Amino acid sequence: MIDMLDSFRATVERATRDQTPLQIVGSGSKHWYGEAPQGELLDTRGHAGIVAYDPAELVITARCGTPLADIEATLAEQGQMLAFEPPHFGPAATLGGCVAAGLSGPRRQAAGALRDFILGVQLLDGQGRVLNFGGQVMKNVAGYDVARLLPGSLGTLGLILEVSLKVLPKPFAEATLRFELSEAEALTRLNQWGGQPLPISASTWQDGVLYLRLSGAEAAVAGACGKLGGERIADADCAVLWQGLREQTAPFFAGRAESAPLWRLALPSTAQPVALPGAQLIEWGGGQRWWRSDAPAEQIRALAERLGGHATLWRGGDRSVGVFAPLAAPLMQIQRRLKATFDPAGVFNPGRLYPAL
Amino acid sequence: MTETATLPATERQRRAELVQQLRAAFVGCQFLFETEDTVAYECDGLAAYRQLPLGVALPETEAQVQHILRVCTELKVPVVPRGAGTCLSGGALPIEDGIVLSLAKFKHIVELNPLGRTATVQPGVRNLAISEAAAPYGLYYAPDPSSQIACTIGGNVAENSGGVHCLKYGLTVNNILKVRAVTMDGEIVEFGSLAPDAPGLDLLGVFIGSEGMFAVVTEVVVKLVPKPQCAQVIMASFDDVVRGGEAVAAIIAAGIIPAGLEMMDGPATRAVEEFVHAGYDLSAAAILLCEADGTLEEVAEEIARTIAVLEASGATRIQVSQSEAERLMFWSGRKNAFPAAGRLSPDYYCMDGTIPRRHIGTLLGRIAEMERQYALRCINVFHAGDGNMHPLILFNGNDADEWHRAELFGADILETCVELGGTITGEHGVGVEKINSMCVQFSPEERDAFFAVKHAFDPFGLLNNDKAIPTRARCAEYGKLHVHHGQLPHPDLPRF
Ligand SMILES: Cc1cc2nc3c(=O)[nH]c(=O)nc-3n(C[C@H](O)[C@H](O)[C@H](O)COP(=O)(O)OP(=O)(O)OC[C@H]3O[C@@H](n4cnc5c(N)ncnc54)[C@H](O)[C@@H]3O)c2cc1C
Ligand SMILES: Cc1cc2nc3c(=O)[nH]c(=O)nc-3n(C[C@H](O)[C@H](O)[C@H](O)COP(=O)(O)OP(=O)(O)OC[C@H]3O[C@@H](n4cnc5c(N)ncnc54)[C@H](O)[C@@H]3O)c2cc1C
Repeated sequence: MIDMLDSFRATVERATRDQTPLQIVGSGSKHWYGEAPQGELLDTRGHAGIVAYDPAELVITARCGTPLADIEATLAEQGQMLAFEPPHFGPAATLGGCVAAGLSGPRRQAAGALRDFILGVQLLDGQGRVLNFGGQVMKNVAGYDVARLLPGSLGTLGLILEVSLKVLPKPFAEATLRFELSEAEALTRLNQWGGQPLPISASTWQDGVLYLRLSGAEAAVAGACGKLGGERIADADCAVLWQGLREQTAPFFAGRAESAPLWRLALPSTAQPVALPGAQLIEWGGGQRWWRSDAPAEQIRALAERLGGHATLWRGGDRSVGVFAPLAAPLMQIQRRLKATFDPAGVFNPGRLYPAL
Repeated sequence: MTETATLPATERQRRAELVQQLRAAFVGCQFLFETEDTVAYECDGLAAYRQLPLGVALPETEAQVQHILRVCTELKVPVVPRGAGTCLSGGALPIEDGIVLSLAKFKHIVELNPLGRTATVQPGVRNLAISEAAAPYGLYYAPDPSSQIACTIGGNVAENSGGVHCLKYGLTVNNILKVRAVTMDGEIVEFGSLAPDAPGLDLLGVFIGSEGMFAVVTEVVVKLVPKPQCAQVIMASFDDVVRGGEAVAAIIAAGIIPAGLEMMDGPATRAVEEFVHAGYDLSAAAILLCEADGTLEEVAEEIARTIAVLEASGATRIQVSQSEAERLMFWSGRKNAFPAAGRLSPDYYCMDGTIPRRHIGTLLGRIAEMERQYALRCINVFHAGDGNMHPLILFNGNDADEWHRAELFGADILETCVELGGTITGEHGVGVEKINSMCVQFSPEERDAFFAVKHAFDPFGLLNNDKAIPTRARCAEYGKLHVHHGQLPHPDLPRF
C-alpha cells in the first residue's frame, strides 16, 4: 500500500498558505450531493487498501480511497456485510466518500444508520495533524466520540484517512412480501409491525403497493411470512427491487429529468401522509419519504418541520434555497466552532454542507 | 471531616459569601449548602474520591436549570450535573469551588408513544422505569446497565452506558433519538430528532458520552424496541480461559450475534456460587453464558447452531436453560458478581477496558501475572461478546498501601488494553479516575482537539471541568511519575 499521507499534508499546507480551498474527491460519485463543491481537487483514491479485517472481531479497517465494492466483496467472502447498506451511486465509490456523505440504504430501518457502525476514524485536519478518534473495538468511551461527527460532515472537518466500521453477518434467510395498501394503511401497518418482534429489515411503498423485506434465521423468516400474509415475490425480483432503491436506479428516481427537484423528507415514522403535488416513494417504515415535487421549498420545509422532521433538496431543483434545512442559531454556532477547531483556515470543502461552514 | 474547616479564614469567608450570593440568586429552587446536607453528594459510585461542593441545587423546571446556569456563568462557578450518582469513574465528583446540579427531581415520563415506539422522559427517570412503563405495550428500552434499577437516563446519556445486551441491541448512542439540553449560558439546544436523522453535523452522536461536560440534559427521547417473544441461555464450561475466549470468537465467526455473551473466570465463578448457589460448575476455568432471544423458532435455531460451535470449541459441559426460572438462575451469578466480590474482600476496584476479542486469553494471562506482582487478587467477569473486560481488583481500603497498589494494578491493566489495540474504558467513562490513562491512549494533539470540542459546547469551561481530558502539563507530570509496567516504588519492601 502506498502511503499518501505526506502528499496530502503538503497539499493541505499549501492550501492553507495560499488560502485556496480544497475539494476532497474520491470517485466523484456523489458530487451532486450537498451544496456545490468548489476548490482545487484533492483526490483520495491513491490512499487505498484494507488495513485490518478479522471476521471474528466484526470490524473492518480500511483507508479512505478503498473502493466500497472491494470492501463489500471482502466481507461477502466471509458471509458478512455493511449492515447499513450504503448507496454507492457509482461503480468506483470510495469508503471515505461513503462515510463523509453518511448515507444509508434500505436496511437502515432495522440495522441502524452508518453513524451507528462507526467505531473509529483517522483524520488529517487543517493543521496537518493526524488525529485518531475511537478505535477498533465495539465499546469505547475514552474521550469524546468525535468519530461520530464525521458521517454526514461532507468533508468539512478534514480529510478522513482511515475508518473502522462494525460489520455484521449476513442474514441466513431473506424474503420479500407484497401488499396492496393505501398510503395511510401502509403507514399504520408499518408502525404496528415495528412494535412486534418481527424480522422486518426494509420496506417501501409507492402507488398503493407496499413491499416488505424480512431477514434473519430461516425459521424466523418463514414464521413471519406465515403470520404477515401478503404475496411472496421471487428472489430474483427482490434483489432488483432493493438494489434499485439503494442505488436509486428504480424508475421513481431514474425516470426524472436531471433538473427536476427531488426532495428527501426525513420524518417520524408515524407522521401522517404528506400531501404535496407530485409523486411519492416511502422507505424506512415511514421515516424517509421521497417527493418529486415542484412545490415551493418553503412549503416543503415548513411541512416537514411541522411534522417533526426536515427536508433536503436531494437532487435537481433550484439549489439557491439551500440544500439542507436551516439550523437553529445555537446549533449553527456550535457547528461553526467545531469547524474552526478542525479546519481553522477553512480549506476543506467550504460551503458544501452550509454556506457558513 | 469537613474539609472547609481546615481552610484559611479568608478562604472560608470567600466561600461563605459565594454561597450567600447563590442562595439569593436561586430563590424558589431548593439549594443545599450545610455540610450535613451536601455530604451525601461528596462522591459518586467511585467512593475513593471525595469532595464537598459549595452547595447542591435541586431544580424542578427547565427554566430553573437555565437560571442556575446563567447565574453560575456570571459568577464563574463550575457546575457538576448529577443523576443517581452511580458513576464508577468519578464523573459526578463535585468540584471544590463549584456546585452540584442534581436532576433528581426530573422524574417524569413525559410521553410514551407505543405506535411510534418512543418514550420522552426527563433526565432523572431511572433506566429500568422506562422499560417498566413500556412493558404493557410489549416494548422496552434496550440498553441495560447492571445498575439499571438506580441509574438515570441523563447519566446514561452522559456516559454512553452499555449493558449485557449491547452486542445485539447497541449502546446508549444507538438507542437515543433526541436530547434536549441547556448550555452554560442558559440557551436551550436540541440534538437529533424524532426523524431518522437531523440536518448538519451529528451533534447528538458526539454529545452522547460527553460525561456531563457539554450541556445539562433536560429531556431525552429514547427508542423502544419490541420485547422478544422468548429467551434461552446456554451455560458452557471450559477447562482453560484461552479456549473459552476462542469459543467466543468462533460463535461470532459462525454468523451468530447472541443477545448476551458473558464470561466469568474460575475464581469469579467460585465467588458467586458461594453467594447465589446456582449450581455453577466449580471445576471450570471459565464459564460462558450465551443467550439467544427472538421468536420461538428463531431461538431454537440459534441455540442449536451455538451448541454445535461450543462443542467444536472444546466446551467441557453444556447446559441449556429449560425454563424462565432456570434462565434467571443461570444469570444470577453474573448479575451478582459485584456483591459477591464485596463478600470476598472489604473493597474492590472495578476496571473497564475493552480489547479485541482475540486477545481475551492474553489479557487474562497478563492479569494473572500482575496479581503476583502487586500482591493483590483479581477476579474477572466480563462482556466477552464485545471484549469489554471488568477485572475486579480486591483490596482493603483501610490499608493505604493496598489502595495505592490497586490503583497501579488498575492502570497497568488499562495500559495493557491499549497495548493490545483496545481502550481504557468501554462503558464507565474516564471521569477523574482514568484521566492519567488518557495520556497513554491519546496524543497531545488529540487531547487538544478534545479540549476544543468541549470548548465548542462550553466556551466558558465551567461545566464539569477538569474531568475526562488531561492537560498537557498533567500528562507530562504523569509521564515523569509513572514507572512502566508496574515497577512499584520500593520494590524491595515486603507486600504481605
Ligand atoms: C453496581 C453498578 C453496576 C454498574 N453497571 C454498569 C453497566 O453494566 N454498564 C454501564 O455502562 N455502567 C454501569 N455502571 C455505571 C453507572 O451506573 C452508569 O455510568 C450510569 O449511566 C450513571 O448514571 P447516574 O444517573 O448514576 O449518573 P451519575 O453518576 O449521577 O452521573 C454520571 C455522569 O453523568 C453526568 N450527568 C448526570 N445527569 C446528567 C444530566 N442530566 N445532564 C448532563 N450530565 C449529566 C454527571 O455529571 C456525570 O458526569 C454501574 C454502576 C454501579 C454502581
Ligand atoms: C481551544 C482550547 C481549549 C482548551 N480548554 C481547556 C480547558 O477548558 N481546560 C483545560 O484544563 N485545558 C484546556 N486546554 C488545554 C490547556 O490550556 C493546555 O493544554 C494546558 O494549559 C497545558 O499547557 P502547556 O503549558 O503544557 O502548553 P503547551 O502544550 O506547551 O502549549 C502548546 C501551545 O498550545 C497553545 N495553547 C495552550 N493552551 C491553549 C489554549 N487554552 N488555547 C489555545 N492555545 C493554547 C500555546 O499557545 C502553546 O504554544 C485547551 C486547549 C485548547 C487548544
